[in-house]
Amino acid sequence: MITAERKPLEEIIEYIKPFKRILLLGCNECVTVCAAGGRKEVGLLASGLQLALLKSGSSIEIREHTLERQCDPEYVEELVPMIGSEEAILSMACGCGVQQLATRFKDKPVFPALNTKFMGGSLSQGVWDERCKGCGDCLLGLTGGICPIAKCAKQLMNGPCGGSTDGKCEISDDVECAWQLIWNRLKALGQEDRFLDIMPAKDWRSGGGGGPRKIIREDLAE
Amino acid sequence: MENFEPVIVAFCCHYCAYTAADMAGSQRLPYPSNVKIIRVPCSGKVDALHITKAFEKGADGVYVAGCLDGDCHFKNGNDKAAKLVTYVQNYLEEIGLEPERLEMVRISAGMGDRFALIATEITEKIRKLGPSPIKTVAA
Repeated sequence: MITAERKPLEEIIEYIKPFKRILLLGCNECVTVCAAGGRKEVGLLASGLQLALLKSGSSIEIREHTLERQCDPEYVEELVPMIGSEEAILSMACGCGVQQLATRFKDKPVFPALNTKFMGGSLSQGVWDERCKGCGDCLLGLTGGICPIAKCAKQLMNGPCGGSTDGKCEISDDVECAWQLIWNRLKALGQEDRFLDIMPAKDWRSGGGGGPRKIIREDLAE
Repeated sequence: MENFEPVIVAFCCHYCAYTAADMAGSQRLPYPSNVKIIRVPCSGKVDALHITKAFEKGADGVYVAGCLDGDCHFKNGNDKAAKLVTYVQNYLEEIGLEPERLEMVRISAGMGDRFALIATEITEKIRKLGPSPIKTVAA
């Protein structure tokens, strides 16, 4: 999923200060799962904003709503009947949702309430870690299911480097060496030989180095 | 300000603090009428939104009263509530409210005297802190 965290309240207030009526919009997908921008977080942010603004002597009307998905035009279209009187939209979706809104409602200011972080998964309740950089050319089949692009600080294609000690990365004792993990995994799978294969330098054109990416499925596209 | 009577909302767990409040009543122990009790099935059921809404509606102080360590009827709802209270205290600080206006306390069902004592202490603490800046603005 795409993970995110709420921006500091101060920054959000700066965005919405000039307005009297805003729509605070959550998203039922990834940001709900990572407890950053679902219906519950929309309620809590609306309440926090009201308190902070009341304290500073101002007030704002906040309409709360949560879409099934903010990154799909079909769902964003649902907003059309309700958007008229709102002066601005504060989105609690990831950057994809915020941009979808900005594209659809060209005359409404749209602001992000979240900082989009990374593509990751849950380690345990309340803990998420980065798993994928979206490099466009998946290596996991060669590296025992552990990604050296997302999990190695240097994104080495052939590791480990000299900074790996006792399975930890030199950047922090909290960070495991991805290449040590890959070695352990290949060994457990009886595929140690694979470790000796030298992987060529990565072609980053598929990973964003060739400009913004797009997928077109000819059979589905209209 | 001299006549300030704080409004305090106490979210009390059905299995401990709420029963302790009953106990305080049966024992004829006085505690300030400033404390408005809301019974919850477990302190772990209290949500951050319940707390912020209480402040929005004019509470000067809020506390969540759960069971003693290891005594939660639902295993660990009281520990979850304690974590939530810390989380919301940080949020209140970000909002610009004193985090001391929110507290987590632990009481067993038999501790009527402790319930009365805590209610009195928290009322006095909030009285010293003064009215919530939210209420001052709203009024």
